[in-house]
Amino acid sequence: MSKRLDAMIGWIDARFPLTANWRAHLSEYYAPKNFNFWYYFGSLAMLVLVNQLLTGIFLTMNYKPDASMAFASVEYIMRDVNYGWIIRYMHSTGASMFFVVVYLHMFRGMMYGSYRKPRELLWVIGMGIFFVLMMLAFTGYILPWGQMSYWGAQVIISMIGAIPVIGQTLSNWILGDFMLSDAALNRFFAYHVVTLPGLLVVLVVVHILALHEVGSNNPDGIEIKANKDPVTHIPVDGIPFHPYYSVKDIFGVVVFLIVFTGIIFFMPEMGGYFLEYNNFIPANTLQTPDHIAPVWYFTPYYSMLRAVTVNFLWIDAKLWGIVLMGGSVAIFALLPWLDRSPVKSIRYKGPIFKFALTLFVISVLVLGWLGTKSPTPLYTLLAQIFTVIYFAFFILMPWYSKIDKTKPEPTRVR
Amino acid sequence: MRNLKSIVFVFCLAPLVAFASESAVTLDTAPIKPRDMASLQRGAQTFVNYCLSCHSADFMRYNRLRDLGLTESQISENLIFTGQKVGELMTVAMPKKEAKQWFGVAPPDLSVIARSRGPDWLYTYLRKFYRDDSTATGWNNLVFDKAAMPHVLYELQGEQILDVKSEDDGHGGTHEIKELTLAKPGSLSKTEYDAYVADLVNFLVYLGEPAANKRVQIGIIVMLFLFLMLVLTYALKKEYWKDVH
Amino acid sequence: MVKFFYEFFWKSKSENGTANMADIEKKEGMNSRRRFLLAATSVAGGIATVAVATPFVMSMMPSERAKAAGAPVEVDISKVEPGMLLLVEWRGKVVWVLNRTQDMLATLPKLDNQVADPKSEKDQQPKYAQNETRSIKPAVLVVEGVCTHLGCSPVFRKDVAPADLGPDWLGGFFCPCHGSKFDLAGRVYKAVPAPTNLVVPPHMYLSDTRLLVGSDKESA
Repeated sequence: MSKRLDAMIGWIDARFPLTANWRAHLSEYYAPKNFNFWYYFGSLAMLVLVNQLLTGIFLTMNYKPDASMAFASVEYIMRDVNYGWIIRYMHSTGASMFFVVVYLHMFRGMMYGSYRKPRELLWVIGMGIFFVLMMLAFTGYILPWGQMSYWGAQVIISMIGAIPVIGQTLSNWILGDFMLSDAALNRFFAYHVVTLPGLLVVLVVVHILALHEVGSNNPDGIEIKANKDPVTHIPVDGIPFHPYYSVKDIFGVVVFLIVFTGIIFFMPEMGGYFLEYNNFIPANTLQTPDHIAPVWYFTPYYSMLRAVTVNFLWIDAKLWGIVLMGGSVAIFALLPWLDRSPVKSIRYKGPIFKFALTLFVISVLVLGWLGTKSPTPLYTLLAQIFTVIYFAFFILMPWYSKIDKTKPEPTRVR
Repeated sequence: MRNLKSIVFVFCLAPLVAFASESAVTLDTAPIKPRDMASLQRGAQTFVNYCLSCHSADFMRYNRLRDLGLTESQISENLIFTGQKVGELMTVAMPKKEAKQWFGVAPPDLSVIARSRGPDWLYTYLRKFYRDDSTATGWNNLVFDKAAMPHVLYELQGEQILDVKSEDDGHGGTHEIKELTLAKPGSLSKTEYDAYVADLVNFLVYLGEPAANKRVQIGIIVMLFLFLMLVLTYALKKEYWKDVH
Repeated sequence: MVKFFYEFFWKSKSENGTANMADIEKKEGMNSRRRFLLAATSVAGGIATVAVATPFVMSMMPSERAKAAGAPVEVDISKVEPGMLLLVEWRGKVVWVLNRTQDMLATLPKLDNQVADPKSEKDQQPKYAQNETRSIKPAVLVVEGVCTHLGCSPVFRKDVAPADLGPDWLGGFFCPCHGSKFDLAGRVYKAVPAPTNLVVPPHMYLSDTRLLVGSDKESA
């Protein structure tokens, strides 16, 4: 029996690099042995991606991307389709969890310098994934065609209209109409179900290929490939991904699933943060809800958008807001070149970086909270202060990362 | 609208633009009992008798009410007055255009009203109607000022009237306290009416998400299984990682 | 199979002789505890996979909306005169309710040797319609008007010995698409394209005048 299966694998291997890839990416891909809690989130992101794709396909079987039928079709899924409610909640919870996992994954990179040479491209590809993810979330949220779906999209679209000269035409082109309507809903459905997932899967494959090319970073920020066994040429601090990290990641998956299913089965609305209350009202083009806030994962950027209240130079406040908002995401991509520290990992960086990173995290959290609130003068002032802190983290980094007092990096991982 | 500032400005004005505005009244906590079948059945009865003539529940199928422990014949005999079949949706006879003419706004569909307004809002709303001769219906509501809906349950609750008192707010000004008192009693006492509305709101919560009870049941089983998997996968991980030093 | 996977995943050496799991494993080795945990986790994982797959697979079964649209249809047969054919729709299909006269019923035994399945032995009808008249009430035939050849809707021909159907035609159903013929109990003639008798759907009588097509149990 084993001989026949051996022969089968041999037949495939002569025509397709099955065993070669199994070895290169799993059984002989050597990862640092000191991965900690922060290293679970990459594989968890892949799990959530698979969840979104699978539940998404099944939702498309019953969802109707038509302004007059969309809201009803979601309730049809929740009530009339057998176990439709499970599939819907898995998808809505998965969307929020995708951002939780990806934000933590990015934060790991910020702590351990995973964006440093030779992983700059890996980081940039990751930012590409993040951008596609944001577009997926935006196009996906419009689909239930509730009040938040409609009015949240309306706000973002009007930003495009704000771009000088080409803004209005661009907006009409994107919408396929003079205002947000069925035309936009239908095409955003196409983007959400076909274009963006396809792009995302390709980027994820590219992301992993780029990772495997240079090898993973680790909490100590030292390159394990610098220290190889003279006989086997295997990094002395490396262990094969399979079975060690496959087995460890399965445990991580179970922990994640406990959280994930806890939400799905016991609090799918998450207090109105995962499924917003106003979105249970069908979209009414003539009546805006009192309080529009984007979904929680966009709130920090929304805060920054609203924080700019003065016209500066010849550009008005509104356009500056958009620039800042876009800039706040784009600036992440510059990290590999902003960080001039001689060491990679926060473990060996000095007090300035630790302080800066802490301030950064606080500013993201505060900006996020402010994004859920109405813009009173006090809140706007706070948003302005924390926007400055947020940008300062990046803009001042070339300076403070150079003068920071670092500790010597070890040669072996700890 | 092009100017972002004016967009934000309009959003801040939105409450005024809306047909009727809502005051910040403290909401009473609705005593929701999702597994009390008797309460849900009473609520269903109230809903069909009082609400379904103006409001629809377009996403709810009559035969789904089997969830409440009823048979299909019980449902068609006691809860369907429109000649509809038990597999049909709880639609309403009143056409939306006419409804808008008569009331100023079409009575909203109630299928997911408990998910957008919340049970506390509904529970408080249905008990805070008061007589107000300045409105078209002769009724107003503390929770939803100038609501277009009349007090459908007034025969049960009785008629309340509004009492506005001015009170010194301690900063040199005054603020208003609004209170309702029962001017004309109805057929139910205050506690009876509160329980009656609680049943109805209980039903509306069920109506918003009929799968809720099943969701929790399945969730418990899933959790137990996952904790078992947690133990197994942890042991497996530990076993393999003995190799690594 | 287990041995195969073990050897493939654990023992395979790469071409340039770099280390494999077996080298690291020499420290511990695949022991019985490891095997047990692997087996236990795999079994639990298998159960989990089936459990997760279930809602997805079940979601593809007919929804409540489909079931409601396909619900049984109640027919008032008090107005169907003897000799008259009533057409109702159930699950998107044509269903005939034919009130047969005594003469019509008399034709059935005469055609026993001309029809392919005179005793309705093939499974085209519920047990209560597996009789001479293929019905519950002898006079009332309830049958799907769908030709068992390729699905066309046959035409009701109660006229006796017409020119186009020949002198032996005693009344029945004729399918214009490919010429299949059925008698007044829906039994298929020999030597026609259609292979089987017309299908009798589940049905029951709620009273003498109320026929329920599509169900033969009281709906709960």
